[in-house]
Amino acid sequence: MPWLKFLLRTRGRQRLDWTDWLSYAYLMVGLFTLFGPVVWLVLSSLKTESALSKFPPTLLPYSQKTVQVAGHDKPLPVFLAANESGHMQEWAQVRRIGIQATLVDPAQPEVTRQVNIKERVAVDQLTFAWGNYTEMFEKFTFGRYLWNSVFITVVATLLTLLINSMAAFALSKYQFKGQKGVFLLIIATLMIPPTIILVPVFLVINSVGLLNSLWGVILPAIATPTGVFLLRQYMLTLPDELLEAARMDHASEWRIYWRIVLPLTAPALAVLAIFSVMWRWNDFLLPLIVLSKSEHFTLQLALNSFQGELNTQWHYLLAMTVITLIPVTLVFAFLQRYITTGIASAGVK
Amino acid sequence: MSALELKGLTKSFDSTQVIRGVNLQVEHGEFMVFVGPSGCGKSTLLRLIAGLESPTAGDILMDGAPVTAVSAADRGCAMVFQSYALYPHMTVYANMAFGLENIGESRASIQGKVRSAAELLQLSSLLERKPTQLSGGQRQRVAIGRAIVRNPKVFLFDEPLSNLDAELRVSMRAELRELHRRLRSTMIYVTHDQVEAMTLADRIVVLREGRIEQVGTPQALYAQPVNTFVAGFIGSPRMNFIPLSACEAWPEIIGSRPLGTTQIGVRPEHFSVVAEGQGLTLTVNSVEYMGAHSLVQGTLGDGTPVALMWVDAVGASEGQILKLQALPEHVHSFDAQGQSLATKEML
Repeated sequence: MPWLKFLLRTRGRQRLDWTDWLSYAYLMVGLFTLFGPVVWLVLSSLKTESALSKFPPTLLPYSQKTVQVAGHDKPLPVFLAANESGHMQEWAQVRRIGIQATLVDPAQPEVTRQVNIKERVAVDQLTFAWGNYTEMFEKFTFGRYLWNSVFITVVATLLTLLINSMAAFALSKYQFKGQKGVFLLIIATLMIPPTIILVPVFLVINSVGLLNSLWGVILPAIATPTGVFLLRQYMLTLPDELLEAARMDHASEWRIYWRIVLPLTAPALAVLAIFSVMWRWNDFLLPLIVLSKSEHFTLQLALNSFQGELNTQWHYLLAMTVITLIPVTLVFAFLQRYITTGIASAGVK
Repeated sequence: MSALELKGLTKSFDSTQVIRGVNLQVEHGEFMVFVGPSGCGKSTLLRLIAGLESPTAGDILMDGAPVTAVSAADRGCAMVFQSYALYPHMTVYANMAFGLENIGESRASIQGKVRSAAELLQLSSLLERKPTQLSGGQRQRVAIGRAIVRNPKVFLFDEPLSNLDAELRVSMRAELRELHRRLRSTMIYVTHDQVEAMTLADRIVVLREGRIEQVGTPQALYAQPVNTFVAGFIGSPRMNFIPLSACEAWPEIIGSRPLGTTQIGVRPEHFSVVAEGQGLTLTVNSVEYMGAHSLVQGTLGDGTPVALMWVDAVGASEGQILKLQALPEHVHSFDAQGQSLATKEML
């Protein structure tokens, strides 16, 4: 197994070198600090509501075992308690009054027993509460939120690619007065934190009547300095002779852009697409100020609104968090090599 | 009417003048070669004709009509770039069809034209490949094919063979010559290689520092160069330039030179070795054996380097003293400014 060999590579030949210890320790710390919270989140999202509020918390989703007993409509919780001869056995609890619990033997429903609640121990078993996920679709307008998020992400990404590549094309392939100035201006906006312009952006969105519209989230963010810079640097590497050849081939400037430049910029476009998907999907601040009606909420906003004023339904919140993580994780896992190669080629060449 | 006419064409980049008043006429069906050392403005001149650059002053006429204000696409030129400039993401077929698609030709007509061009250039089996899957020579042919399908009035070639290896260059040269014979269209070809110029051209334009030095057939340029620059540039190995003062032992030449001659030029292949008597005295420095002949390099008494092609150089060795002569009609005379005197008289 070559991957196992790779993972177990060491510096020392015979025994572990001290650098091996150090690097493995470092990697372990990294693994736990980065991956631990995610694992805990995923496991917790599979816990029942009661298991979540249990103290001390468990890592794995345990919940009390239940059993169906004849004569009772609902399944009864199972406890461990001593029987008459003093041996411990599993009982189902019928009811509990004060500190007294009435237990029944699940095998012989006619045998009951009264015990002090301190003398019985709950029987836990590993149960995955998939219901957190399935109920979410029924109970909330989860589909609506998902659709809003997907719509914003996809449309904004497509528009980002289009607008930014057009700007990059002009800045890299045309000579005009003030070209450098325009480019510097675009790059300079990188230095302004989005929070600073939040209020002006809100006022603009409000005055053009895009409040509570998904377009109000999409449009302000489609022109990004990062995207223009990334694409421009890449387009500079395309030889001008290609454009000249196309011009002599009767291609209009739009056709040169659409048929020649855009296909050849695909690697850089892929990088920008990945970035854009992550930015838009994870975006919180802009949707928060633009979208105030629940039917327009994105997943991120819905997550936020789950933390109600009076109580928080943690089991749904966690499940939803896991779902919102999935697209970005997938994008990153499968496309990350494009990110590295794309950035390298856009920057170095 | 000329296929192409340049009138007082000037081009400056910022303060640098690259083309300085070029006048030229190219006839229909002519294979015209622009040749000159690098930086002489030959590529710029071609780009001006193509419409990829606009002239600072002067006019470009095609079939008698001024085209200076006409866009590159509408001039009816097709260009083959030095780097070929094939669209890397398109197949060979799409590369050749792109220009025709842009002018809205029907699919059937495009297919017909591309197929016939591909057949002409032996590309038929490669139509579905991408440029990266082709060899240098094949890419070159695709670039030519892309020019052919548009049936242009003028073909423009910008050093098209410079990216090929020596052997391929020779065979592509023959193919180009053959192509011109078949298509009979006007072609303008830029190169820095005088061998390419001599073998391909109907007429050659020798350029230096943005000016035309001489225009003429390869034979005319070889036989009657107007100045030392053209004389030195055309012909390989280079013409020998010898100050008249070094020719005292060659009275036949001194006597026959026109007034004002300060130096003479003799091509290495025009020298012959004589046993005794009049002529230049050469001390041999090196002998390069080339098979049919040898290139002998040496110096005259005053240190002027002289080379000659010698057929029976088998016995030649370093340090040997040779007596050289050439027929008077093969001896060119130049004045102090490097202008050819014989040619001046003929004009």
